[in-house]
Amino acid sequence: MSNKEKHWEKTKGLMIITLIIWFVFGYLIFMFGSDLNTSSFMGYPLAYYMCAQGSIIAFVVLIFWFANRQEKIDEEFGFTEKEDD
Amino acid sequence: MFKGNFIDNLPKIYGTYTGGFIVFIILMAIAEQAGMTAKTIGILFVAFTVCIYALIGYLSRTVQVDAYYVAGRQVPTVFNGMATAADWMSGASFVAMAGGIYFGGYTYMAFLVGWTGGYVLVSSLLAPYLRKFGCYTVPDFIGTRYGGNFARFCAVVVLTLASFTYVTAQINATGTIASRALSIPFELGVWVGLVSILLCSMLGGMRAVTWTQVAQYIVLIIAYLIPVFWISNKSGFGFFPHFMLGEEVARLGDLEAQFGLVKNAAADIKAAGVPGGLKSIAVSHAGVPEGGMAAWKFISLALCMMVGTASLPHILMRYFTTPSVKAARKSVAWSLFFIALLYTSAPMLATLSKISLIDPNLPTGIIGKPIAEIMQIEWVNAWINVKQAFIADFNGDGILQLNEWFMRGDVVVLATPEVAGLPYVISGLVAAGGMAAAMSTADGLILAIANALSHDIYYKIIDPKADVRKRLLVARALLIVIGAAGAYIASMRITSILGAVAWAFDFAMSGLFFPLILGVWWKRATRQGAIAGMIAGLASGTAYLIYVYPKFMGNAPWLGIDHLRFGIIGASVCLVVMVVVSLMTEEPDKATQQMVDEVRVPSGKTILGKQH
Repeated sequence: MSNKEKHWEKTKGLMIITLIIWFVFGYLIFMFGSDLNTSSFMGYPLAYYMCAQGSIIAFVVLIFWFANRQEKIDEEFGFTEKEDD
Repeated sequence: MFKGNFIDNLPKIYGTYTGGFIVFIILMAIAEQAGMTAKTIGILFVAFTVCIYALIGYLSRTVQVDAYYVAGRQVPTVFNGMATAADWMSGASFVAMAGGIYFGGYTYMAFLVGWTGGYVLVSSLLAPYLRKFGCYTVPDFIGTRYGGNFARFCAVVVLTLASFTYVTAQINATGTIASRALSIPFELGVWVGLVSILLCSMLGGMRAVTWTQVAQYIVLIIAYLIPVFWISNKSGFGFFPHFMLGEEVARLGDLEAQFGLVKNAAADIKAAGVPGGLKSIAVSHAGVPEGGMAAWKFISLALCMMVGTASLPHILMRYFTTPSVKAARKSVAWSLFFIALLYTSAPMLATLSKISLIDPNLPTGIIGKPIAEIMQIEWVNAWINVKQAFIADFNGDGILQLNEWFMRGDVVVLATPEVAGLPYVISGLVAAGGMAAAMSTADGLILAIANALSHDIYYKIIDPKADVRKRLLVARALLIVIGAAGAYIASMRITSILGAVAWAFDFAMSGLFFPLILGVWWKRATRQGAIAGMIAGLASGTAYLIYVYPKFMGNAPWLGIDHLRFGIIGASVCLVVMVVVSLMTEEPDKATQQMVDEVRVPSGKTILGKQH
């Protein structure tokens, strides 16, 4: 496999992991909304908290994490952009 | 005043600007104490901010093609994040979202999840690759990746349909706010709003829109957060509302049980003469509706909004302006961070507003008190007079019940400061924030449409030999034409038949999501496949909308997929058709496959030249 192909394999892997986490916070937990709401977090019913703040915060953290991971992958295969590019 | 180049000085420039705006707020507060009328304060707030945006728009004028279309590709990560956040958060997000949560509770909050989660798709699937491509517009990518003018043309059609659905609502919002703040008729307010919008974008295109959007974000976030924190502290609900309203949410549940959530019969509402668009609370604030169908409705709405986000051209094109691919990815993260500041505050504002109104133990509470007494309250009177609130004593006991208090959703944001007894300067600030939110989104949308028409239709298809001067002239003329068309439709007040903002998301996902994604992630995707996918997706989505929307054919939704969710049908058809047709046609040539390989690598030159 060429350098480019390996880079793309890793990039795809990261994309899939990112989308799995996205699926969990965007959909999976809300399939069980009424069960979640029986527990609470910081005094809020859990399902309410997740859509008011929890999932949104998770998405922000996820994208920052994704961007850093992808930069590491690019670096590993020597595809980092030059600053003046 | 500032040494060195403009980009290096950005933090200083916007820091000074923010400081200046805060000084202006303080001056207004002092003026209010000195006896300035509420009306004058409102006018000054809106006029002052709009003049600043126009000044930024003028200073950012340009005669360069890449500055006009992609702000010269030098917008730093964090600032592009702020600009995207302003581009994204519309007048509706600012004014109506808290009201939506107030009335819709948990069920409505699917919009919150949907309007934020889409950015994960943008960052992982699209933004970095489109940036590497180096396109000026979204159809520019479709046209180059798949080749041929017809594919480009189809993408322009989807873009125009989706963005235009959205933009009339934004111009409508600027008109509403301008007319209220400046005390002019709505029809005139719409045109005042349009002129303000065009002042920001005409001379400098994307460059001017970028720098005004940053300024607008700063105004709108200050205008949203100050009231939330102030109300929470003043009424003793907690110093930091986002972490401290658990008790109030629980209390709302108790009050709902105590008063009962009654859904009024349509006939009763009509007989009592409740003005259109006003609602009473009939849905639990934090309770989750039971059953699989309710859960499906929640996640299907979130799905449509997320996929729609990743297909909306006015958002995607913001990431064409960053200096690098790396910066495009980071910039998506910052965008969502700045959006989250407002979105996580909206449920808190809804909670504060609701508890203030319905808790009889609070001095601000009105539910459970004698109607005669409530009618004496100044703000109640003021909002009833303008038909934004209404009292209908259904059971005739002279006591206001939960189902007897009607108001419009917008009132939550606009009146809560007044209800909590905040000075009028805050209401003026909120008007300026709403204006900033509506203007910034309208600017992004009008520019997206005008750029697609001028670059993709005029320059790429009609007259490829046109010189720079002529191209930019056409681009600006189109900006005016599209803005005027939007304002004309908005001034006719037919928004009730234009449908919801959600439609823009559904149209965009029906026609653009898979052609964009597969263009990067599937080399085998062919021109014929993409064209067939776009046409079939848009046609089937639109047909389903007509089939299901109550004001058109009004048939029963299939599997709960109603008119807010028709994109699910459109995008699925688009995917299937695109894959089948692609596999049936010959695979793309070597040059195209190499181009896709190049797009996947962040380093190196963009596919399309710096100026094209």
